[in-house]
Amino acid sequence: MTKLTCHELIDFLSDYLDGALPDETVAVFDHHLSICPDCVAYLDNFRATLQATKTAFAPDAAATNVPEELVQAILASRGK
Amino acid sequence: MPPIRNHPTHKGSGYRHRGFKNLPAVTPGLAGLEGDDSLLLMVAELIPTDVVTMSSEEESLVVSLRSGDAAAFEVTVRQYGGRMLTVARQLLGNVDDAQDAVQDAFVTALRSLDRFEGRSSLATWLHRIVVNAALMKLRSRRRRHEQSIEEFLPTYLDDGHQARPVPRWGESAVASLEQDETRQLVRQCIDRLPETHRTVLLLRDLQELDTETVAGLLEISIDAVKVRLHRARQALRTLLDPVLGP
Repeated sequence: MTKLTCHELIDFLSDYLDGALPDETVAVFDHHLSICPDCVAYLDNFRATLQATKTAFAPDAAATNVPEELVQAILASRGK
Repeated sequence: MPPIRNHPTHKGSGYRHRGFKNLPAVTPGLAGLEGDDSLLLMVAELIPTDVVTMSSEEESLVVSLRSGDAAAFEVTVRQYGGRMLTVARQLLGNVDDAQDAVQDAFVTALRSLDRFEGRSSLATWLHRIVVNAALMKLRSRRRRHEQSIEEFLPTYLDDGHQARPVPRWGESAVASLEQDETRQLVRQCIDRLPETHRTVLLLRDLQELDTETVAGLLEISIDAVKVRLHRARQALRTLLDPVLGP
């Protein structure tokens, strides 16, 4: 099987996770991950990073109300 | 492993934007718009429509808006403004700029109602317009001092191994994302990313716009979006290590 370095794997990790790599390349990635605990840790942490971005602003989504001042400013700008 | 450097089988989303050149020379709905509004609308057109169409409630709201009904406009502002403000705040990082962007977005939306064809929900359409308004504000404001993205990217030994491998964060890291305090620290880390990379990260991983759409919005190539996104994710992983690491 073709060899892959940690550098190459990490460079293409987004493509790997997005399912954007051809099957034969995925097999090479999977083989590397089966023998490299450092890259497994990197991959897990990378996945957690994506999760962190998604949840970082979660409280905002429900909590933001439009301040009355802004509502009035928008309504006033309607006729301009 | 050379083949993957330019792997030809890279899968796209299949999305094809209509592009500026397909706009008619004179667009009735653009009559009377300022230059910035026209650009903002044209860029909005690059965003693909979703499969969700308007509810009957939204349809009647749009009809009222088109007839110039002031009450319908107020309902729209109150109903959709909160979510739009959230999006603008996420992209701009401060409340004042976000409020300006939302105001700009509503003015643009009202002026361009004739061009809204109902192929997406009203909420999605307004979302696109406020993203555009926020991006225009980002472009116009003064750049702050930023650290280079390179400082946060992983480094490697000559043989390609990671120079400074870090331990796996573990399940507790993901669980801690439910705490407000952790989420605040994550937001601070995101804010430390250079703006060019932070914007791509937020549009792709938070707003969940596709690569082609983000390329159109930022007027950069699809490859540039992919490179910036991957670097932003890697840099954020580095920045999060003290927050989420064991």
